[in-house]
Amino acid sequence: MTTGDGALGTTDVADVPTTPEFHPTTGDRVFRTVATAAASVSLVIVGATLWFLVDKSRPAFKASGVWNFFTTSAWNPGVGRFGVLGLLYGTMIVATIAMVVAVPLGVAMALFINEYAPARLRAPLTTVIDLLAALPSLIFGMWGLFLLKRHLVPVSRFLSHHLSVLPFLKLDSSDALVGSSFVAGVVVALMITPIITSVSRDVMAQVPREQCEGALALGGTRWGMIRDVVLPYARGGIVGSALLGFGRALGETIAVALLIVPQVQVNTHVLKGGASSIAAWIAIHFGEANSLERSGLVGAGLALFLLTLVVNLVARVIVRRSAV
Amino acid sequence: MSTLTQPPKSDRPFAPGRGPRPAPGRSPRRRLATLEITASLVVAVGVATTANALGISGAIAIVAIGYAAFVAVVALIELTGTGARAGRVRARGRAARRTGEMHVDLTLEEHRPARVETRFAQPEAPALHTVPPPDDLPDVPIRRRKVGPDQVVEAGVAALAAAGVAEVVRVALHMQSLVGLTIWWYVAFIAIYFLLTRDHADAEAALDRIVTVLVWSVGILLIAVLAWLVTTVVTKGLPQLSWGFLTHDLAKTGPLDKGGGAVHAIIGTFEQVGIATLIVVPLGILTAVYLHEIRGRIAAPIRFIVDAMSGLPSIVAGLLIYTVWVSGHGFSGAAGSAALVVLMLPTMTRATEEILRTVPDTLREGALALGAPQWRLVQSVVLPTALAGIVTASLLAVARAIGETAPMLLTAFGADATNLNPMSGPQGDLPLFVYKLLFLPNKTQIDRAWTGALVLVLLVLILFVSARLVARRGLKRIGGTR
Amino acid sequence: MTTMLSEAGSNAVREMYPDTHPAELRATNVSAWFGKRKVLERCSLHMEARRVTALIGPSGCGKSTFIRILNRMHEVIPGAQIAGRVELDGTDVYGGEMSATQVRTRIGMVFQKPNPFPAMTIGENVLAGLKLSRTHSSDRDALIEESLTRAGLWNEVKDRLNEGGMSLSGGQQQRLCIARALAVRPQVLLMDEPCSALDPISTRVVEETITELGPQITIVIVTHNMQQAARVSHQCAFFLVEEFGEPGRIVEVNETKKMFESPDDPRTLDYVSGRFG
Repeated sequence: MTTGDGALGTTDVADVPTTPEFHPTTGDRVFRTVATAAASVSLVIVGATLWFLVDKSRPAFKASGVWNFFTTSAWNPGVGRFGVLGLLYGTMIVATIAMVVAVPLGVAMALFINEYAPARLRAPLTTVIDLLAALPSLIFGMWGLFLLKRHLVPVSRFLSHHLSVLPFLKLDSSDALVGSSFVAGVVVALMITPIITSVSRDVMAQVPREQCEGALALGGTRWGMIRDVVLPYARGGIVGSALLGFGRALGETIAVALLIVPQVQVNTHVLKGGASSIAAWIAIHFGEANSLERSGLVGAGLALFLLTLVVNLVARVIVRRSAV
Repeated sequence: MSTLTQPPKSDRPFAPGRGPRPAPGRSPRRRLATLEITASLVVAVGVATTANALGISGAIAIVAIGYAAFVAVVALIELTGTGARAGRVRARGRAARRTGEMHVDLTLEEHRPARVETRFAQPEAPALHTVPPPDDLPDVPIRRRKVGPDQVVEAGVAALAAAGVAEVVRVALHMQSLVGLTIWWYVAFIAIYFLLTRDHADAEAALDRIVTVLVWSVGILLIAVLAWLVTTVVTKGLPQLSWGFLTHDLAKTGPLDKGGGAVHAIIGTFEQVGIATLIVVPLGILTAVYLHEIRGRIAAPIRFIVDAMSGLPSIVAGLLIYTVWVSGHGFSGAAGSAALVVLMLPTMTRATEEILRTVPDTLREGALALGAPQWRLVQSVVLPTALAGIVTASLLAVARAIGETAPMLLTAFGADATNLNPMSGPQGDLPLFVYKLLFLPNKTQIDRAWTGALVLVLLVLILFVSARLVARRGLKRIGGTR
Repeated sequence: MTTMLSEAGSNAVREMYPDTHPAELRATNVSAWFGKRKVLERCSLHMEARRVTALIGPSGCGKSTFIRILNRMHEVIPGAQIAGRVELDGTDVYGGEMSATQVRTRIGMVFQKPNPFPAMTIGENVLAGLKLSRTHSSDRDALIEESLTRAGLWNEVKDRLNEGGMSLSGGQQQRLCIARALAVRPQVLLMDEPCSALDPISTRVVEETITELGPQITIVIVTHNMQQAARVSHQCAFFLVEEFGEPGRIVEVNETKKMFESPDDPRTLDYVSGRFG
């Protein structure tokens, strides 16, 4: 069957794709096993989190019913009534306020550093923002508690004065203005602003120079260049940084615990004292809780875990889509 | 080719309509004057009401003061703005010409003498090439001011007019709060400044200026707020910071005592964070190596889980360790370390993976071509190249962990006495030290909390700065790319 | 041949685009600095309307800096400074009468590396200048067609205007950038080595485009390729740095034909005959 001429190839070698067999050395086998074991630790941790949180919150679920636990607002460990709906809702409110304040501030700060500030301030400002992103939230919470809170009262009053058309900004004159979702939201916002700035600035710095020059050479102003070139280019990174910040805001514990007057029922008036947040609720009540209440708190933690998991997954999908 | 012989199908004259075209019967000049007079009026009303508020009474006096203010502002605008306005009118003429309206504008007809025609007739006419350099142009860099006198006047007028608006609001709404008035002033300033510059240039340029003002405001505001934060911590914490603070605990310190310190908390922090780091760094590096070098079968689910973990709220990490360990075995420093491991692991893994990604593939191929097994390649080529980056990532992860408060409440719990053994019994640490003192009523205790916060910030600062230094040295070694 | 094209073209073009008015550019005693380092010294050049001026010379002699000074793109670089005067039809572009953005809408620019905006389609790329300046056009489709036709790209892309700008080949991308610059109706078009990143065939197509645009608009082109300068330009300016570290200067300005056949300056002769550079 062979044509005999080697130059034309022989037919006894089949023309099908094969992968050369790989024989790892003993060293490689050990190395791979160790690395795989290390990598599985993460799997174990997340699995354990789900398992143990569900397991330990079972007494509380049993006492008030699983459905009621997630769909009502109540906290009465004495009679075993738990419901975290209001807490979940309040967590979202505080995080949303934080985002409304922090995203514009963070993106504007990133633009300021990259495009507006004098060139020689760029590097120091970047370092300072990165450093602030690394500061513990405890510091922000303390500062909010002792210094900023006072100064937010007139801002609250101003907002309710001028924007009382919006139902959630309405206030009665007798209402307290501290301990509100608004105050907590603003402090959390200042905490996550450096994070948003730091991430989105990094992305904006990667916009190719030619693109920016192209926009300017067409007669664009600096703002035109930012609007039509920089922001579209950096959109994925900005959305990603915002969602990162949102995740942080949802799980923020200490700064919120220090600032709010905690309550179980949701308070839709964001300027009025009284706010709810799962993480802060756990931190505040854990120390003095009996075992049934602790079980309820673990259940609340489970709710928070599931909430952040959903937000994270949605974030991943959005970032992946906008990256295309 | 095609361009000249085949004209485009729609060869009607194109008019992009650059710039706002003046509406019939309202010349640009007229609009300018209206706006400026309005602005001046607002300033005048503002000055008059201020005068009233300061105690000047009598209608005539008030009206006279208001009128004087009005005249002064109009004069200011006229004196400083005329030259600029002439330029603007010329610019408008040019804009008009560009939109195909050249025949409307007589000055532009003068601008375009018959030599255009001659040039059409003889496009190849020899031109005068050697331009004798005139001596009136000095060969030194021209310094142009970024902010011209025009802009200063516009901003000044807008600021004054906005002050007028704020003053009217104060009187009309009986508003007392300074914050409220500042917000009113700022909003009015932005609006008036936009209108003024839009009339002087065009909407796009005005928008550019407004955005510039907004971005600068945000920049200055944030820098001020954050500077306030840092100076607060320093000024409140520094007075109590002493050798005693770093060498005593709170075991025997009464609520009103001056002394006492945070040594138990500092020891606790170092032990807890140290143990966590010893576990996390190898674990994180190995996970990253698995994800990027080995790319095994479960790489995709692991990456997914690591992403999910990175969003884990810190209090949930605390709850996890509480349910797994503390509820059965009691609080301990090691439990705190375990919570920190859960929190640091995803950060460490992702950062390390990013760094491994920057190690060029040519290095890997080079080593494999020499016949090295994969573990040798990773150990002696990949990791040493990525070393500086990994050290930086570890330091930043430690800086994050050192300030974690919430999970420690549920695991290490905190204590006032020194507990050297991380394996059993509640142990203090710096964040808990600060947090617990904040709920106590005495000033000495709050002061102590500030000092604890200052020590915490200093630790973060040291870690951050060393991370930067390591990163810079690493950059130098691989030749300053990135 | 160029002459005939220009003459026939200019009249045809004048009928076709009655609102296009090429302007002359006159640079007088222009010097430039980056920080403390002086890169250009006392360069004076008259770039006539409806003609193609080529700037030639070895690399690093300040040609690109010079062309960027003409439409105020030089000042975008931190630390960049200039001296001298640049006049567009008699108006100082660095005077207070025009803002930098106004200058740049009247003097368009095409860069060395094609830089279509990746987030926009081909059609949107052409209209990018209008979008950037928030100008409304009465007939966007007509403008897209006209600009792409003038850039010699219409026939290739007329069926795929909604595709991304990066889907084109390098040469097409560069002509898209030319169309984008033409859509704002500049009076002058600056081209900074427009063909240096292109293959020979794309280069030829871009050169044809330049030749056809020549009579409609004032063109200034920087090029390293002397054949290209000879093919497309009417006049040439030769830039040179004589000693390393010195600023660049204009050695000679002449009609292209004379420049390549019998230049006045011996250094020009050395350069155009390929003895250095």
